[in-house]
Amino acid sequence: MDIADFFDTFFEEAEELLADMEQHLLELDIDNPDGEQLNAIFRAAHSIKGGAGTFGFSVLQKTTHIFENLLDHARKGELTLRADLVDTFLETKDIMHEQLDAYRNEEAPDQEAYERICQTLQQIALEEIGQTLEAPAAPPAPLFKTEEPSASSASEHQLVVALLNVSEKDRTLLVEELEQLGEIQTQSGDDKRYEVILNGDSSADDIEAVMCFIIEPEQIEIKVTDRAQTAVPVSAAPTVSTPPAAPVAAEPAAKPQPPVESERKEAAAKPKKAAAESSSIRVSVDKVDQIINLVGELIITQSMLDQTVSDLEDQSVGNSSLQNGMSLLQRNARDLQEAVMSIRMIPMEFVFSRFPRVVRDTAGKLGKEIELVTEGKSTELDKSLVERITDPLTHLVRNSLDHGIEMPDKREALGKPRTGKLTLSARHQGGNILIEVRDDGAGMDRERLLAKARENGLNVSDTMTDEEVYQLIFAPGFSTAEAVTDVSGRGVGMDVVKRNIQGMGGRVEIQSKLGEGTNTRIVLPLTLAILDGMSIKVGGETFILPLSTVLESLQPTKNDMYAMAGDDVVLKVRDEYLPVIAIHEVLDVENAITDPTRSIAVIVQGEGRRYAMLVDELIGQQQVVVKNLEDNYRKVPGISAATILGDGSVALILDITGLHRLSRVKKEAGKIINNQHYSFYKEAEPS
Amino acid sequence: MSQATNGAVLAAEAESREFLVFSLGEEEYAIDILKVQEIRGYENVTRIANAPDFIKGVTNLRGVIVPIVDLRIKFHLESVEYGGQTVVIVVNVADRVVGIVVDGVSDVMTLTPDQIKPAPEFGVTLSSDFLSGLGSLDDRMLVLVDIDKLLTSEEMALVDSTSNR
Repeated sequence: MDIADFFDTFFEEAEELLADMEQHLLELDIDNPDGEQLNAIFRAAHSIKGGAGTFGFSVLQKTTHIFENLLDHARKGELTLRADLVDTFLETKDIMHEQLDAYRNEEAPDQEAYERICQTLQQIALEEIGQTLEAPAAPPAPLFKTEEPSASSASEHQLVVALLNVSEKDRTLLVEELEQLGEIQTQSGDDKRYEVILNGDSSADDIEAVMCFIIEPEQIEIKVTDRAQTAVPVSAAPTVSTPPAAPVAAEPAAKPQPPVESERKEAAAKPKKAAAESSSIRVSVDKVDQIINLVGELIITQSMLDQTVSDLEDQSVGNSSLQNGMSLLQRNARDLQEAVMSIRMIPMEFVFSRFPRVVRDTAGKLGKEIELVTEGKSTELDKSLVERITDPLTHLVRNSLDHGIEMPDKREALGKPRTGKLTLSARHQGGNILIEVRDDGAGMDRERLLAKARENGLNVSDTMTDEEVYQLIFAPGFSTAEAVTDVSGRGVGMDVVKRNIQGMGGRVEIQSKLGEGTNTRIVLPLTLAILDGMSIKVGGETFILPLSTVLESLQPTKNDMYAMAGDDVVLKVRDEYLPVIAIHEVLDVENAITDPTRSIAVIVQGEGRRYAMLVDELIGQQQVVVKNLEDNYRKVPGISAATILGDGSVALILDITGLHRLSRVKKEAGKIINNQHYSFYKEAEPS
Repeated sequence: MSQATNGAVLAAEAESREFLVFSLGEEEYAIDILKVQEIRGYENVTRIANAPDFIKGVTNLRGVIVPIVDLRIKFHLESVEYGGQTVVIVVNVADRVVGIVVDGVSDVMTLTPDQIKPAPEFGVTLSSDFLSGLGSLDDRMLVLVDIDKLLTSEEMALVDSTSNR
């Protein structure tokens, strides 16, 4: 993304703000103005001013500035509104709009209108409030050079134009250029420095402006001397004058070329701009979501048809054109789905672009030197995820800056560069997006984390893997920071970061090496609208488990099941005892397999909690379109959403954490009575 | 026919409303036809655990997940059977789409204001709050249900109590 994209964003935003402003101005009740509306108008002006200032649109900025001051008085009640004042405000808005258009088309805004409106606004301020506003600075120089009247000083003078490091080919062109501007007296030099002495009335600016089409401004040195002075400048080139033969020869033919080229450039710039304007439209997210929904329907219908066709084939000889048609339909439908989903995708740039500022401010506060590197800015992610990832990511970055990267002096002592490096990267990995926050700081100290965890009363052991130890920092209330600083230790904690990311269907991993740095990896699904699911069967009912929560599945044996405190059951998986939750009990499914040894235990993990879920049968993995239950119904405990299966029926998507909660609630309410079939479990042996 | 009576007829017609009449067991009920989106058969309903018994579950209505309420169970009717005649009336209330199971749909009736009598205070099962009146049509009596109020009421448990819809 280059600066031009930001321009476009600004133009689009400013346009919306102006439209808002107009609407509010029009709705404004003059006798009894609504404070909120005045505030809204003021805010719009303020935002435009800020943007205009950033992009150097000085005329717009200054107009808005005066306007904003006046609006400020109005919203404070110091300026009584009248119909004619509102008219003036509307006119100001129109002029701002014209200025905006001018900038968009890379033209100079109307200077006369600018001066007039500024004067009018000043006048109002003077009359109504009795004070002058900050005088507008002298009419600003137009940002984009229009046909600048060549400061044609009447007197002819001599110019010494030195071309530095210009190749012979370019030099030839330039000399031709110069010939248009004046009479060449002498020319001499080599590739390093080539001097042309020019007689004429052109100004140094003119020459520079012309030459800049071919070479960089730094490559030109222009000295203005008086005609009277000696023709040979002091810095005369020591080399023999070797006017290249080429220019002379090529002269007649090449002469008209450069101007044509520059004209073409200008001409080319305009259509490109115009094309950019119409190359995007703003569409409300609702409309896009509606399309996504419809495409989801299409996919479902398509798979229903597919099912029907394959049933047909079983009975009779397959009709090959029907088959071909079906596979074509399937492919087209998938392509359509992908294309539609891509509408919702926006590049990570939108998230990353705020970090240079965050890093700069934070580093400044901490007295650290940080270099920020971003990778994979163009990686695309679903819009809703982009909005939700920003806060957790900001927290991780702050955390890295605060706890990860050391102070410059300490880094130097450790033999590292003083400037710490923080890398933000995003890339696709399978159906997921991987976002990394990498620092080359101190890394995590396993022993210290363990010690701290014990201090906090967490259940830890020395045999935990590094990954498990690092995950401790996500435990609520866990902090190894020696002191709570201004930077971290306020706002969301790491546990909230983890919960947010899990809420998006993602997970956080940490890789770290003591003394070398830490890499925090966030793995997110590309979109929330589609979920990788595992369909399971309990009784006659089908449910979907989010695949990201499933760790493994196994067939429990009687010896691995232990009854605990009467009605609780745990399953021993390797060295771990996991609570067992039978779906058919929590969700009251009839005709389910009640003998745990005949059912399948799916080990699931949600929000850091693991348990074994008893189901009858695993059907398979499939992608499902997530449908909200709350639109027409309500939140259902233990169920996160619904989806539509290939046969058109609805299947519920299980909420792993919710089910765990529900199971406890039900047990407490005594709804699950200590069923007889648990009686054959052996008693948990006291260890 | 004089101008005056003609005008009165027109006025009465303007105020008269159309109702969809359906049966629950032997009783005849009616709801404002403007609330009705469509009528379809009862099929493919996915049960929702831990919901009241009259909420049969959810079904797929062209991609929209719609809850299905059986008014026969809600109104404690004796025989509740699901067969080919069982009908679901899909209604639009409070920006939601809900399906209600009834024994059958008979016809659409136009009732003038004087055919609508106020509902007496009675009933524990069906509070008169949920009735917009009783329609009398020759020897038939139609129970006019205020489907909006009924379906959004707390006892139907169709709407999150926290949501203010």
